[in-house]
Formats: sequence, structure tokens, C-alpha cells
Amino acid sequence: MNIVVAIKHVPSTADELELNDDGTNLDFDEVDFVLNEFDEHAIEQAVLVKEAAGGEVTVVGVDVIEELDGVLHTALAKGADKAAKIVGDIEPPINSHTHARWLADAIGEMGPDLVLTGVQAVDDLDGQIGPMLAAHLDMPYVGVVTGVSASNGSVTVHKEYPGGVMAEFEVSLPAVIGVQAAEKPPRYAPISKIRQMAKSAEIEEIDADEDFEYEGCELRQMAKPVSAGHAEMLEGDAEEVAEKIIALLEDRGLL
Amino acid sequence: MDAGLDKVDAIWEKEVAIVDGIDISGPWNRMFEQRVVWEYTPELIDKVAALPGAESFSWCYQCAKCVPVCPVDMVGDYGPRKLYRKAQTGVDLFTSDDLWLCTTCMNCVRVCKKVVDMVKIMPAVREQAVLDGFVPEELQKAFEDTAKYGNPLGQSQRKRAAWTKKSDVPVPIMKDLKRPVDVLWYVGSYPSYHPRGIDAALAAARIFHALGVDYGILGREEKDDGDSQRLAGETGLFEMLAEHNISMFEKYEWNLMVVTGPHEYNAFKKEYKQRFGFDRPIQHYTQFLADRLDDLKPLLKHEVPLKVTFHDPCYLGRHHGEYDAPRALLQAIPGLELIEMGRCRENGYCCGGGGGGMWLDSFTQNHTVMRLSERRVLEAAAYGAEVLAVACPFEVSRFEDAAKSTGNDQLRVLDILELLDMSMRGVSA
Repeated sequence: MNIVVAIKHVPSTADELELNDDGTNLDFDEVDFVLNEFDEHAIEQAVLVKEAAGGEVTVVGVDVIEELDGVLHTALAKGADKAAKIVGDIEPPINSHTHARWLADAIGEMGPDLVLTGVQAVDDLDGQIGPMLAAHLDMPYVGVVTGVSASNGSVTVHKEYPGGVMAEFEVSLPAVIGVQAAEKPPRYAPISKIRQMAKSAEIEEIDADEDFEYEGCELRQMAKPVSAGHAEMLEGDAEEVAEKIIALLEDRGLL
Repeated sequence: MDAGLDKVDAIWEKEVAIVDGIDISGPWNRMFEQRVVWEYTPELIDKVAALPGAESFSWCYQCAKCVPVCPVDMVGDYGPRKLYRKAQTGVDLFTSDDLWLCTTCMNCVRVCKKVVDMVKIMPAVREQAVLDGFVPEELQKAFEDTAKYGNPLGQSQRKRAAWTKKSDVPVPIMKDLKRPVDVLWYVGSYPSYHPRGIDAALAAARIFHALGVDYGILGREEKDDGDSQRLAGETGLFEMLAEHNISMFEKYEWNLMVVTGPHEYNAFKKEYKQRFGFDRPIQHYTQFLADRLDDLKPLLKHEVPLKVTFHDPCYLGRHHGEYDAPRALLQAIPGLELIEMGRCRENGYCCGGGGGGMWLDSFTQNHTVMRLSERRVLEAAAYGAEVLAVACPFEVSRFEDAAKSTGNDQLRVLDILELLDMSMRGVSA
């Protein structure tokens, strides 16, 4: 089975996020990039499917800040077979539509049976890469998936609904799956293996279609949340605190 | 029937015995069928001993001197001798939970007549286990964070020098100084990021400033030393960090390196030297300050009237033989009464944080009746100490948590740096 994993390099939330001067986005010079956490699960799920059903895993992502190699070497050390990066005159931010267009162009050429991607990413949280990839590639899409198993010509996926309801889908291939969590926690890639990959592995470079321009919505302003209120601590013993709570509830007309 | 008895029953005296082709049958020779001990396989012992560095595993002759001194056995069922015995009976150390319990405190090696060196055996077996994909989840997170962010706490590399903003004395950063310094202070991950570690770093900065030490720190150019990750099986990560740190050490001119932590001391003085030929003068801060006691003493103006006991860090004491410098500093503090616990100096207990233990808390919890740090805190409290003094950045948070979890809130845990700073500034205890 030809499995492709679409990944995204996103700003690290371990950093203090600074805004750029005109307040339209992050200051991308002041933030490190890491692999989107959901994509780590997509890679793990892909390798699990490969181990169970055979096949080949290719990991592909847009090289947003020209530091994607480390991420791809890690994916190879975890069991992916091939890695590709989409390159060009690229500067962050790259919106979801552009991301999806470029990824779809690249993945379409790879003739995949199964495309896995993280269900969402921490940078915009809009969860659109998966559905847009499916639309571009004309494939079915199932998102918020927590397990994938492959059998002849189709995959069975587990999807999580709110309230703890689980569903099982049989999806005909080729298909795009948005992974919420892999069946197992993402495995560890020892640094020695990653460094070995860095020395030996070849990363395919795919040119981005820089003429593509998305003219949908525009991010006008980004700002840090302003604290609107504060917590009130109720002092005293249990009786006193209980009385104060009742008084508060009455005061707000809730009792 | 009990398995052991079953095996005893199966021993029979041989009626016919032929050795090297010579028939020596007879009632006088008492030749037995293979006895119990021979029924066990040496394969799993050989599997460990085949790894470079782990050869000494097979030298064990089961004397068991290592067991009563093992800090893990004191709170659980463990001990180097037992690992050998278990291997004989079919337990594969590579996939056994036992593999992750050793803190590499070195107390077993100290008493071992055969020099079975767990400090080398454990990292060798763990490295193979990590390569084979066996790594406890908590430890994996610490490895990943160290690889991603340069520190096991998962904090941003960019914020490594953020603690200096809290300092009321200047903390020079090499990159900005642009000149040679006398002392390069390697701060370390926990003193840079952990709130209680930062307290020690701030105290150190005040002491260095008061002593007029010409020093600088690396700030954002510094990364974790990686030695505990190496001992926990991540040699590749250790090498990556070592290459980075050495290139930073060599980027600047300095005469002496002072480190806050004993693990860093071990890393630079021993491992970076042996593996990368990095051979420069290095001191732990207790040694550096003890050498300057004549200048330091006049600064210690205020009494610190506390009953203090000292926990010898494994990697300063047993690993590098330094027991006196920390005590000299504590004794220089006016009003301070130093008391010793039973397990001190060469036989000092272990806080549980070494060899990766820092990042295996829940894992170890499942195999012990209490944390090593809790056992140590109970000992300090039993001796009537008001303060448990430490000299390793791993220990402050471990012992503070342990004091709380064992109901010994009255016991304060302070780095020697903090005690010196209290005496210097007259901050009330």
C-alpha cells in the first residue's frame, strides 16, 4: 500500500509568542518551529498500518522556514521510507488553502492509496488541510480518527464523536484520513538513528506552485488575549464559604 | 509442588560416570547428574556482557554485598546481584522493568569485589533497549524535549537566560561581553528553568558578584549537558549535545569552568574528556567557593541558626570523591549547626534523580514502596534536621516534594548556595 503522510511545520508554543510590528501575525523570526503534534500521530499511524499490512510510507511537507529536514529525518528514523519537501521562495505564514494546494499537487503525483494527516494544527486550528486535500485529490475524507486498519482495497477507521461516542467506518481507497490520535503513542526515534538518516537519506525536493494565490479570507489582526476579569477567592471555613456562595448565587438571580 | 523442590528431587547420583573416556563409576566418586545451578542458561547473562562496556556483568559471583547498599533495594526489591540471578532464571534485562530502576549512584560498585560496574552496564543495555524501541513513556518525553528544546524540562531554548532578568546583580552573558573572562559559569538546565533551581542560580550570581568573580554565562548558547540522558540510554542525544556545548565552550576565552550541578561536572570532566578530548579546568561550585573561603568568610556576616544536614550528591561524592568542599562551606556559615546522617559521604543515600531517574518518577513508583527522595527525607527528619542542604539542582525539587508528601513540611530543603546567600544578606531563615 502506498501511504502518504502530509505534515506541517508549526510555531512552537514552548516559546513566548511575539507578534509582528503591524500586529497581523506572529513574529516568525522570534519563534522556533516544530512538527504539528497531530502529524506526529499521523506518521505513527502510517507506520503502524505499514507494519500490519505492508507497503511504503512517504512523508511530505512544505518547507516553511527551510528547517524541515530535521523533521523528515526523524520521520524516516521512525520507519517512513521516503521523504519529500515542497520548496520555493516561501515565507511564513502560509495559509491552509495554499498549504493544501501545494500538498495536493505533490501528493497527486505520488499516486497514493492512503493519505494521512493530522486532524488539525496548533497554528490556525481550523482543521481544513485534510478536507481540502480530499477535495483537491477527489477522495473521501474522514476526520478525528483514532485508529486505522487496512484490508483489501479499503481501510477501517475509528472516529471519535463528542460525548464518548465511537463510530467505525469502512472507507474505500484511495482516501484521506485526518488523524486525531494514533492507536499507540508515537514511538521514539533515537538520536543516533536520526543522525544516521541525516547523513544517508535523500529528501526529494518538489517545487511549490508560487503562482497560486489564495484570495479568500485575510487575517486582519492578531492580538494577545486581554484578561477581562479576575477570580474572586472566598475566604473562611466551610460554613462561611457556603454562605458566601449562596449569597453570590442569589445576587445573580440564580437561586 | 514448589518448582525449587521439584528440581532438587531431580538430582540423582550417577550409576555410571565416564569422564574424558575413562570409566570412573563406583560408590567412591559421588558423580551427580547436572545440579540445579547448571540447569539455568547463561545466555541472557552473555547477551548483556556482549555489549561494549557491559562485560563486567558476567563477573558477578553472587556475594550480594551490593544489595544492602543499593538505595533502590531499600525501598523495593532490586539490586545488581538480583539482576544476574534473574538473568540466570530467564529474565531478559533488555525488556525487564528492572532495567530502568538503577540510578547509577555507584554504591554497588564501591563495595563490589569483582568490580561489576553498573554505571557502565546500565547505559549499555538501555542504549540497546532504546534502539529497539523499549523506552518508558515519561523518559521518552524527556528525551524528546531535550532534543527539541535543549533541556529536559521542555522549555524554550530562547528563554534559557530569562532567569537573569530576576537577578538584582548583573549576570554577564558571553555573547554580549565580547572579551575573555576568568570563569565560565555553566548554569545548567534546572537552575535556568526550574523555579527552585532559579533560586539557587540567583544566589550564585549574588555570591559571584560579591566575591568580584570575573565571569560570564553562555545564556541561549548553552544546552543541557546530556549526561543523564546518556546514562538512561540515549547516547546519540548525549553526543549531539556534547558537540554543541563543546563548540560553545571553545568559542570563548576563559580560564576555569564552574558548574552548578554534579551531573554536569561528571559530564564535562569525565565524559566530554574521554569521548571528545575536551580537557579544560572544571570545578563544581562547592569546590570553587571552598577554594575562596578566605574571601568568602568575611561576607558571611549574618548568623543562620539552623540545624542542617547535608545530602552528598552521588555524582559529586562517590563518583568524584568530593565530600569536604560542601561541608567546608556549610561550616563557614556562622550559627549553622551541621549534623551528619547515618548514610553520608561514601555511603550517602541517593535522591533517585540520577541515571534518568529524574524522568522516571511514575515508572519507579510502580516498583517501590516509596520514592528514594522520600526515604532520604525521612532520614533527615529522624536526625532532627531543620534544613536538608543540597548541592545538586536535581535535588531541591525532589526533596521538597518528598518533605511534603511524607508530612515533613517543617524540613526545609535549601541549596548550599541559598544558605550562603542567606548568611551574606541576612535574610531571615
